[in-house]
Amino acid sequence: MTTQTAPPAAPPPASDADERVRRQTLVSRLLTRPEFGAVVALVLVWVFFAIVAWDNNFVSMTSTAAILNAAAPLGILAIAVALLMIAGEFDLSIGSVVGAAGMAIMLAVTPVSGGGLGWPLLPGLLAALVFSLLVGWFNGLLVIRTRLPSFIITLGTLFIVRGLAVAIPRGWTNRTQLGGLQNTEGYDVIGTLFGTKFAIGGGNFDVAILWMIGLGLVATWVLLRTRAGNWIFGVGGDANAARNVGVPVNKLKIALFMTTALAAFITALIYAVQFNGADSLRGTGLEFRAIIAVVVGGTLLTGGYGSVVGAMLGAVIFAMVQQGIVITGVQGDWFQVFLGGILVLAVIFNNFIRQQATRR
Amino acid sequence: MSTATPGLEVAPILEVDKISKYFGNVIALKDVSMFVRPGEVTCLLGDNGAGKSTLIKTFAGVHKPDEGAYRFEGSEVDFSSPRDALNTGIATVYQDLAMIPLMSIWRNFFLGSEPTKGWGPFRHYDTAFAKEVTRTEMGKMGIDIRDPDQPVGTLSGGERQSVAIARAVYFGAKVLILDEPTAALGVKQAGVVLKYILQAKQRGIGVIFITHNPHHAYPVGDHFVILRRGQIFGDFSKAEVPLEQLVQMMAGGADLEALSHELEQASQSGDPGAEALEQAAAQLAAEAEDAG
Repeated sequence: MTTQTAPPAAPPPASDADERVRRQTLVSRLLTRPEFGAVVALVLVWVFFAIVAWDNNFVSMTSTAAILNAAAPLGILAIAVALLMIAGEFDLSIGSVVGAAGMAIMLAVTPVSGGGLGWPLLPGLLAALVFSLLVGWFNGLLVIRTRLPSFIITLGTLFIVRGLAVAIPRGWTNRTQLGGLQNTEGYDVIGTLFGTKFAIGGGNFDVAILWMIGLGLVATWVLLRTRAGNWIFGVGGDANAARNVGVPVNKLKIALFMTTALAAFITALIYAVQFNGADSLRGTGLEFRAIIAVVVGGTLLTGGYGSVVGAMLGAVIFAMVQQGIVITGVQGDWFQVFLGGILVLAVIFNNFIRQQATRR
Repeated sequence: MSTATPGLEVAPILEVDKISKYFGNVIALKDVSMFVRPGEVTCLLGDNGAGKSTLIKTFAGVHKPDEGAYRFEGSEVDFSSPRDALNTGIATVYQDLAMIPLMSIWRNFFLGSEPTKGWGPFRHYDTAFAKEVTRTEMGKMGIDIRDPDQPVGTLSGGERQSVAIARAVYFGAKVLILDEPTAALGVKQAGVVLKYILQAKQRGIGVIFITHNPHHAYPVGDHFVILRRGQIFGDFSKAEVPLEQLVQMMAGGADLEALSHELEQASQSGDPGAEALEQAAAQLAAEAEDAG
């Protein structure tokens, strides 16, 4: 998994040089990394649009900012989803959690006269966070207790949570869109943390990009350099074998479902700040986009193999295709055709690379 | 029929005394007694359905015996889970190995017992140490791993067995139970695994080597326990029994002869696979003759 760091303390003595070890070129070592396919795809897609959409200023700070801004919330979700998928599970409920967590924040801070609770922002955020984590915990518990595929369980929670996100706000406030987050007590700090924009060379970059990169680095470190990371690979590779050697499989899975829910909460918060409010239907379909980003990033659908960095690159590819199509003026309807094509190609390519990698 | 000469030997490290195991009305094991001493290889031989799996699972803490005593280092034990047995020092390497093919050798080696360094939230997996230990431990087993980053899936069957054995030894196994480690291997690979069994023995570990192949058991075993239909047929030291007799006892000489006779008849009736059958029959007859 980790080819980049040779243990500094243990260079094998020259006399031990083994005739069975073929010296691998840098390229063939790169080939064995899960995110390699995503890097290639990223370059190809960029070059494609750079040529096709040159006249439309695809290669510009404005356009780059638009791509990264769109990629950031998706990337934050994809990071958590990658960890979960490497451990061999799916979470289809996160798109709904994005919608519901946003509405939970807004219901808490909307004035009593408007049907809300009239809380300051921080308790509201805390309530929405607890709600999101409970959904993740519930998903994990159900998957472990019933031993049913997480695909089915979380498909169920997808509808349950989306239903709640529509029904409860409509019951309380008679609306499914709530605005006015900026007028809330305690907004300043949160607004700065999640809504700042940086103007660099004509492009307006969201602070969410930094969140994505930061969370991605933390998740990569956890995956490659902690015990939990080793367990994630082990559980996804063979849950039974992992259990036999003492890995706490159930706790790990519940923690990962709660992690995806946490990522959904952060995404919801970023959207709430960006849109100055929430919408019951926000995040619809986001679960599938996150899975696409993760799979394009080189993670196996069956678990046991994958990369967080790849998932982030997958999110960037996704946003790049979207931006490229918009900017070239091709009718937006073609976006899905293009996206599906990239997904299938990426999976075929990754599969091929992985076979090469394990054969060497 | 007796065990090896008393007095000369160290006390058994693991011992079962007249244990029985029933599943409903099925008698899986009846009054089975066997033992292994430190630095010795006890071979457990038996044909399919003899009760080998049930016996191993009893050793490993998966099953509890319904009757009889299970002793480890002289005192009676009562395991409620495989983890219990493992913590006591009884490591079982199953046929399916409990290895993750897509994970690298060093990640597999330490899965579930990762060494860490650092403090508080920065506590992390000491990967350099893990790679180094994997390399040296495999070296002690006499194999020089090419690259600890290699996925286990790219190793041969014999090498995978050796990783599993090295792992069990490193984590302090005093008794190593190997379930058919040579069953799926070619001649050469099986030889490699037999070598690791001897290595473990030389390091003072008691090894219980389960197999249905007396040709694999004989070169490494110190004594041979033959299990037949859930009961101990005999426990022989190497000095007491030549290989031919072991083969004979294992399958039951009469059964083997009857089988070779049957095969011969089938081949004469002109089946399409007749030639192959005839060869098999000849071979069996020779083996039965050898043994008888």
